[in-house]
Order: sequence, then C-alpha cells, then structure tokens
Amino acid sequence: MLRTRFRRLAAAAAVAVVGLGGLTACGDGGDDEATSGPVKLRFLSLAWQKESLQANKDLVAKWNAEHPDIQVEYVQGDWNSVHDQLVTSFEGGDAPDIVHYEASAIGEFSKQGYLADLSDLISGDLKGQIDQGVWDTVTFDGKVTGVPFLLESQVVIANKKLLDAAGVAVPPADGGWTWDEFQANAQKLTKPGQYGVAWALKSPTNRVLNLALNYDGKFFYTDGGRTEVKVTDAEKEIPKRIHDMLYTTKTASPEALGMSGADTLPGFFGGKYAMLPGSVSLRQQMVEQAPAGFEWVTLPPIKGLSSKQAANPQTLSVSEDSKHKKQAAQFLEYFLNPTNMAALAKGDWLVPTGKQANEELVKLTGGKQGWDVAADSAADLTVAPFQMADGYPEWKTKYATPALQQYFANKITLDQLATQLVDGGKQVLR
Amino acid sequence: MFGRPSRTGRALQYLALAGYLIFLGFPLVWLLSTAFKPPRELVQLHPSLIPSNPTVQNFVQAFTEQDLGRAALNSLQVSLASAVLTVLVAMPASYALARFRSKLGTAALGWVLLSQLFPFVLLIIPIFLILRQVGLANTHAGLVLIYVVWALPFALWMLQGFVRNIPRELEEAASVDGASRLQVLRRVVFPLLAPGLVATALFSFISAWNEFFFALVLVKTPELATLPVALARFVGIEGTARLGPLAAGSLLATLPSLIFFAFMQRRLSSGSLAGAVKG
Repeated sequence: MLRTRFRRLAAAAAVAVVGLGGLTACGDGGDDEATSGPVKLRFLSLAWQKESLQANKDLVAKWNAEHPDIQVEYVQGDWNSVHDQLVTSFEGGDAPDIVHYEASAIGEFSKQGYLADLSDLISGDLKGQIDQGVWDTVTFDGKVTGVPFLLESQVVIANKKLLDAAGVAVPPADGGWTWDEFQANAQKLTKPGQYGVAWALKSPTNRVLNLALNYDGKFFYTDGGRTEVKVTDAEKEIPKRIHDMLYTTKTASPEALGMSGADTLPGFFGGKYAMLPGSVSLRQQMVEQAPAGFEWVTLPPIKGLSSKQAANPQTLSVSEDSKHKKQAAQFLEYFLNPTNMAALAKGDWLVPTGKQANEELVKLTGGKQGWDVAADSAADLTVAPFQMADGYPEWKTKYATPALQQYFANKITLDQLATQLVDGGKQVLR
Repeated sequence: MFGRPSRTGRALQYLALAGYLIFLGFPLVWLLSTAFKPPRELVQLHPSLIPSNPTVQNFVQAFTEQDLGRAALNSLQVSLASAVLTVLVAMPASYALARFRSKLGTAALGWVLLSQLFPFVLLIIPIFLILRQVGLANTHAGLVLIYVVWALPFALWMLQGFVRNIPRELEEAASVDGASRLQVLRRVVFPLLAPGLVATALFSFISAWNEFFFALVLVKTPELATLPVALARFVGIEGTARLGPLAAGSLLATLPSLIFFAFMQRRLSSGSLAGAVKG
C-alpha cells in the first residue's frame, strides 16, 4: 500500500515536471520584436460593455483586414486594475503600444515621460474635430499625450410618469433647468414614500468638483507656479445646494448618499426617487434594466451661472517606448474617424468628442433615448483646474472624499468642510 | 470531567452551527440566483432569491464575450502545476527544517516568514524584470514559479508541523530493521505525511486559482489569461459591473475549487487535526 502511494506521488511529480515543461511553451517567452513581417501593435482597451466591446473588436478586425502590414492585437484590460497594470508595464519596459485610459489619469504618466507627444503625429483633421477645451485636458507641459474620444457629462434621468403626475414639464434638449428650477421641481416631486431626487454620493468628490464649474467653483488656484486649494462662495454653492435638498427641503433621499449610481436604480424603478442626477451612460441601464412599461427621460445638465462641467474624457495614448509610434498614430486616426468614433460612443452610451461624430450619432439614433441631450451637453464640457493639479488624486482620497461624506451626512458644517478641504490642500500641495 | 451538554446547550450549538452555515452558504446561493436572473430582475426594489424568469443568457454572454473556457483551462494548468510543485519542494524542505534543527534552520524559517511581509506591489516590478531576463515573462511557467515561491513559506510552516507529529521512533525502528535513509522517507515518513501534503496542495491550488494581480501583470497575451483576469473584464468604472455575466462566470469559477475540495476534504480535515495537535 505504501509502495502504491509512493508511486502515485512520483507519478504526480512527473506530471508536474512534464506539465511545467509544457507550460514554458505557452506564451512567447518575452516580447522580442519580430524582425520581419508586419508591424505588430498591442492595444490595451478598457471597453467592457457588451456593445462597446463588440464595436472595438469589430473595428480592430476591420483594420487588420485592411492593413496586412500593421496588425493590431486587441487586449482587454479592466478599469479597476489598469493603473497598476500600466505602472508595472511602463516601469518594466513592456507597455502596450496603444493605451486606453482617461485624461485625469494620464497626466502622471505623461509627466514621467511614458507617453508619446502626439502633436506632430496626428492630423489637422482630427485636431479640428475636437474642441480646444477638451484638448487642454490631455495637454501636459505643452505635450499632447492622448487623443480624447469619449466624454461623460452629468445629466438628470427622470421618471416620466412621476413628472407628468406632478405637472412638471420636460425641458427641451438645449434648455435645461437652472438649479433653482431643479430644486423647486424636486419639491413638487416629493411626497410621502417618494423623494424628488436621489444623489448617489458614494464617491462625491469628482461629482461635486465637476458640477462646481456651474458656479465657476475651481477649488484649485495656481498663481506664480504655486497651486493651492481655496473654498470661496463659488466652491460652496453646489455642496450647499445638495445639502439643502437633503436636510432643509428634504427633497433628496438620505439613503442614496452611500450609493453609487447603479445602486439607486432599484429605488428609481420602484418609484422611490423621481430623478437621478448622473452620468449620460446611466441611460444604458435604463434601456437594459427598466421594467416593461417604465417611461424615462433624459433631462439636460442643470445650469448655474453656466452649464459648464469638467471634462474627463477617455483617451487613447501611444507609449513613448513603442517602436512603431507612427503606425500607432495611423491606427488612432482610423479608429477615431467620425463614423468609428460615433460607433464607439454609441456602444458606451457616452458622448463623442468629435463634432462630426456627435452629429452622426444624433442622426444614427434619431436623438432618441437621450442622445439629443447627450450631444448638446458636449459643448459645456471643458478642462477644470483640479484635473491639472498634481496632488489631486491624493487630496481627493485623503481629504476631500471623507470631508464631503461627513458634510453630506450632516456631521460637519459648510465652514468646517471648507477648512478641511483647504487644510488638505496644504498637506498635499506643499 | 465534562458532563454531557444539556438539551438546551445542544440546541444552541446546532443553532449556532446552522447560523454559521447560512453565513457561509448565502453568498454562494445569491451568486447562483444572480447567475440565472435576467437583467430586469437584478435591479428589483425587493429582490427575490428564486428568479421569476430564470435564464441561461448570462452564461451564454459570459462565454461568448470572454474566452472563459480557455481561461479556466489556463487556471487549471497553472494551479495544478503550482500545487504539485509546491508540495514537491515543501516536502523535503519541511522535513529538513523539522528534523535537523539548527540555528541556521531557525533563521531560515524566520526569514521565510518575514518574506511574507513584503507587499505584492513592492515586488512586482523586480519580479517582472527578472522573469523577462530569463525568458519567463508572459508564460504560464513564470506564473507557476511565482505562485510556488509565494505559497512555499506557508506550506513549509504547515508541513513541518505535520513532520514533527510523526514519532521519530518510527523512523528509528525502520532504520534498525535495515532501511536506508531514503527508504525510511519513502516508506514511513511520506505516507504518514499524506494528510499534510493534501492540505498543502489544497492551499497552494486555491491560492493560485484565485490569484489576480500577478496573473494580470505578468501575462500579457490574451490567450494565456487566467480565470480571475478574464472575470475582471465584466467589471467597469467605479464599481459598476455586468452582474449577470459576472455571476455566471464566477459561479463556474468556484466549481473546480469546490470539486477539488470535496475530493480532498476527508484527508484535509484529518490532516489539519493531526498537524494542529503537536505542531
């Protein structure tokens, strides 16, 4: 019996050794460049929604079929771990040739010299399609290190039947409510068992800073090369209005505070909340998950002194280490031509940065399912000072998010919030 | 010395056990339920455990959009190889550490344990560079190597407890009967060590099966991706996820571990007990 056991063990060992031998054959054993044959580009994409994934794969397949000399390998990454993946790849000298990410995140990589300056690699056509305010979000130290292609604006999704029942008219796509009107309508939509609004504020910082531009709230001020956080009346306006809705007029649901946008959907579909301020991409969940017969509408962004919001576009960059930058830029030109950009935006339910792509998308969809509102909102998206501040990610995580969460939980005052944000800025921006 | 527990005591014991089982089992049941729910049922205000309109669409989506079959096979290869190699290396090493006690051995054991304190992120870039130099970056062999090294410290600590639990007298008796050192190991020590080896293999298999970060960073070619990496692709920005396909894929990902565990369970429980008494 003992002998049998030992034999089994020896057999297992042999299998493992042979298996390991076989495993070494799996993979290319490194990343040596082919010396002949077509140019090979590795494209790390973060598309994850079903339609978007398909659109990306289709475009890559089409490119590969039309360009036998430049072959693109599609590699799907994921948003949660892409940062660590890229840090390692850049440090290890094995980065993908083309990288999909977002403007607020590529600044760090740009400053470390990991991303190529695309200024001279992309055409005037592509440059002209995108507003300068959006190009500014990907320009670091004078270098353009990404092509912005998808934008996410903040709109309001509303339950049409509840609006009708409360006598609240749906505004046109190019004429959104002011904050006063929004708050007044939220009041009309509030009754026992129903809140006018659900502010999903699990991660409040980006949303507050994005919307703060409505009242020209910048938070980050740079003077003489030195950046500091300031909280004036302009910066206080949005947090104050949201807080008022939660605790003064009680038109916003306090239970939604700890939720993400998607978490509020059961309550929205169940009639607990009449309006959901959120990203334009929430429309996809409406289409896929709303119960049969549920009517929803997309309301335009809310206006303060303006409807300006911070633009944090998704971007495509080329690695500085890529041996084929020119070919990678060629692929970007193709991948982001107006028709393709419209297809990518449609797949992700986001707003294309290109003007022509935006027009094509509205035509393609007939402006239905909120595409008219989404298209109009693109004009208000621009670079915000916080996006260019080096210490923003740390300030956001360590100071702004906890302070805003405390303020929205009614545990600190507006002035205390301001003090904490400013003090946090002093710690981070020294 | 201790009397039989009263009926109330026994009832409370069973109640606590039932509560614990529900606590452990509920996430799995919820996963099962979610995997068969259509999208609309995933966002109901009052969710039900049993889907009203069960569907296999989530499984179809999960498998058509991601090559989960290949990813599962990759994970199985890597995990099995890691488990067997960990056992093969840990077995003689733990014997040496347990039987030939010296200052060097104690120091080695301490160092092995200390190495566990280094965070992944700190090590990943040097590991990547080394693997690249030896041609093992972007290969399953490289991944197996890392998993074995990563599992070894705990495996060594665990196995040496089992070795110490085997009476020296048995080895001495075999020697007196004329067995060589190798024969003693082969015919006496290793068979008695079987429960420990099973426990070590299980630990190593499961940790490799679930590992995400090394697999993400070290393997670049999509065809070589392991299951956790493939499943992460159903998760989007800021915690949003495609719950249906994710649940379907995750459910299938738990099956091999459950099956492996079910086969090994008896040996594991007896092994853990044996190791725990005198370890």
